[in-house]
Amino acid sequence: MAESDNIVVETAEKIFADLADPQTINNDKKDTWRAPLWQALSEAGLPLSWVPDDLGGSGASLADGFALLNAAGRFAVAVPLAETMLAGWLLAQAKIASPEGEMTVLPASPRDRITLDADGALSGRCRGVPFAKAAKHFAVLAHGKDGAVIALVDAGKGRIESGLNVGYDHSDTVTLDKVQPVSIKPAPDGFEQTHMMLMGGVARSLQIAGAMESMLDISVRYSNERVAFEKKISKFQAVQHNLARLAGESAAALAAATSAADAIANAKSFDDEVYLEAASAKIRCAEAAEKGGGIAHQVHGAIGFTIEHILHRYSLRALAWRDDFGSESHWAVELGKLVATRGADELWPLVASR
Amino acid sequence: MTAALRFDPIRLPEKCEQLRKEVRAFLAEEIAAGTFDPHKPNREDTDAPEFSRRVGAKGWLGMTWPKKYGGQERSFLERYVVTEEMRVANAPTRRFFVADRQSGPVLLKYAPEHIKMDILPRICRGEICFAIGMSEPNSGSDLFAAKTRATKTDGGYLINGTKIWTSSAHIADYMIAIFRTSPPTKENRRHGLTQFLVKMKQPGIKVNPIGQITGQYEFNEVVFTDHFIPDDHVLGEVDGAWKQATSELAYERSGPERFLETYYVLTELVRAVGPNPDTRSAEGIGRLVAQLHTMRRMSVSVAGMLQAGKEPVVEASIVKDIGTVWEQQLPHRVRDLAAFVEETATNRETLERQLDFAIKTAPKLTIQGGTTEVLRGIIARGLGLR
Repeated sequence: MAESDNIVVETAEKIFADLADPQTINNDKKDTWRAPLWQALSEAGLPLSWVPDDLGGSGASLADGFALLNAAGRFAVAVPLAETMLAGWLLAQAKIASPEGEMTVLPASPRDRITLDADGALSGRCRGVPFAKAAKHFAVLAHGKDGAVIALVDAGKGRIESGLNVGYDHSDTVTLDKVQPVSIKPAPDGFEQTHMMLMGGVARSLQIAGAMESMLDISVRYSNERVAFEKKISKFQAVQHNLARLAGESAAALAAATSAADAIANAKSFDDEVYLEAASAKIRCAEAAEKGGGIAHQVHGAIGFTIEHILHRYSLRALAWRDDFGSESHWAVELGKLVATRGADELWPLVASR
Repeated sequence: MTAALRFDPIRLPEKCEQLRKEVRAFLAEEIAAGTFDPHKPNREDTDAPEFSRRVGAKGWLGMTWPKKYGGQERSFLERYVVTEEMRVANAPTRRFFVADRQSGPVLLKYAPEHIKMDILPRICRGEICFAIGMSEPNSGSDLFAAKTRATKTDGGYLINGTKIWTSSAHIADYMIAIFRTSPPTKENRRHGLTQFLVKMKQPGIKVNPIGQITGQYEFNEVVFTDHFIPDDHVLGEVDGAWKQATSELAYERSGPERFLETYYVLTELVRAVGPNPDTRSAEGIGRLVAQLHTMRRMSVSVAGMLQAGKEPVVEASIVKDIGTVWEQQLPHRVRDLAAFVEETATNRETLERQLDFAIKTAPKLTIQGGTTEVLRGIIARGLGLR
């Protein structure tokens, strides 16, 4: 796998290699891999990477956490690692300590909204919440009459309608009906739901980029093994050119995602430049998941369409991740509006800002 | 992993931003003075000798080269900023961009000292124009099938044959070309070609213009008949041009000119839809901007690799593949969206005129400087498939 010069990523990659091998997981019909993987990740402090020491976390940098999510994508990790990291990050914005165990964030779509009433109770319905069913707690961004608040909610207080995304991971509908939170504090000045969605979108972009790298890797390997018409299929120019395009899509996804992660990790605020980076990453990675994933399947032929083969662990998850924290269509509309509002002559200065 | 294709995020250093301001101010002055119109990419004559000299006087040509040859010893990232600002403004760079990007670096590496001292400072001053003599009537993408002969004679070589599709040959002072000095060998079909510096506008060279589908005359046929080239104009190893060609490709293929050629239609579309676009226009613009931004970040990343002394040939090929396909499709996507622009948009005519030209330009973008097919072959080799 890719080299890393970072202790967080090294630790994670070792755990993934030992306990999240895609072939082993794919063969495991009883889900026995899940608990040991989560336990190992928790013991290493990885789910609370973005939570400072004094709030119960391991206090890794944003950059290290993003690199960790990219590695998780390379293994198509199917436990709520990204979700718990995002939840911890959200809670930390309001200096709320993170509890142990799996978490996820509400809302997980820019179209949903949670409200805070005068009695301090939270209400709202959120669709497409990743791993809600596995979560012990929800980190919630809500809106009251005095502005945005961040709250920690016991997951047992919410009503969950269970669902699966196209990658067979839980993507549930969560309804809060006058739920009293465990703790609640005002969000920092200027903190908006959009920022949380951009952060979630960049997390998903890095996971997609990681999955793309692995899809390229296994597709190249397969093409060098599979023989048809008396030669390896990697020797056919049509196959070579398809794989070259997959390499391009994989590279574009990784470039967009790592650039956005770098922008957020080094930004003082969610300004227009960060918005461009984060929205572009989600849009471009989603496009790459479709185009690149399609090529990976084409190269594999029928074997890649079987549930026994590991390709779908990457290809379907990459497609599913497009939907979380705002789809590419959503961000394209929002980015287009931003560009239009700034005006034609301010487009290039925005693009060339970094 | 089979392929560690990493494009690390490069942040342009502060001095680049200062330079960017200077370039924008300079271009604004040139536009105000009437040197060129940034809204008109379809100028009939894109050669602007005086503008070229003024760019040279700013120190923006050969800016990464050693000072003793007239350069500034500045970074590839600084050069990148100058290049992208010129391109986005539709500045008339024809006279100098090949020399600055490609020919100068070849001379730096392979020319004898007295030639470097003679020619490089003139490139830096914006005085001379270069062409590249690669393709021939029967060898385009298959570079190593070139047949134009360089026959050894007293003190030099006699050149006979024809180069074709040679951009700017009609205004060029020099050409860097490959000619056949020996036949290919059984073991190596790439053997036998040598790189030469050719002084244009000399006896034995005839330049015939070739009309293009855009209505312009930018490329040419160049016929050599017993044209004499002295020995000291050989660049690098005799018969060994194939060893020299690859490293140049990273410079040639990863720059901002590989995705910004039709950029102007996107700006004009944003102007035409105004500050309150409908959902369709907003989504279309948003996607195009996200794609543009991603390519630029990849391209800047390659500039960072060049600055670090790497030879990112595969990465550069990816940038050119994705970038040229994008800039080729851009006018068509903009046309899709322009169908819904209000009749009253004040720049409607400008946009339509630009689209007309960009749509005619589009087919060449995935052919010039290495076809998409050649690029994908290089990428496939990088993946270990060939």
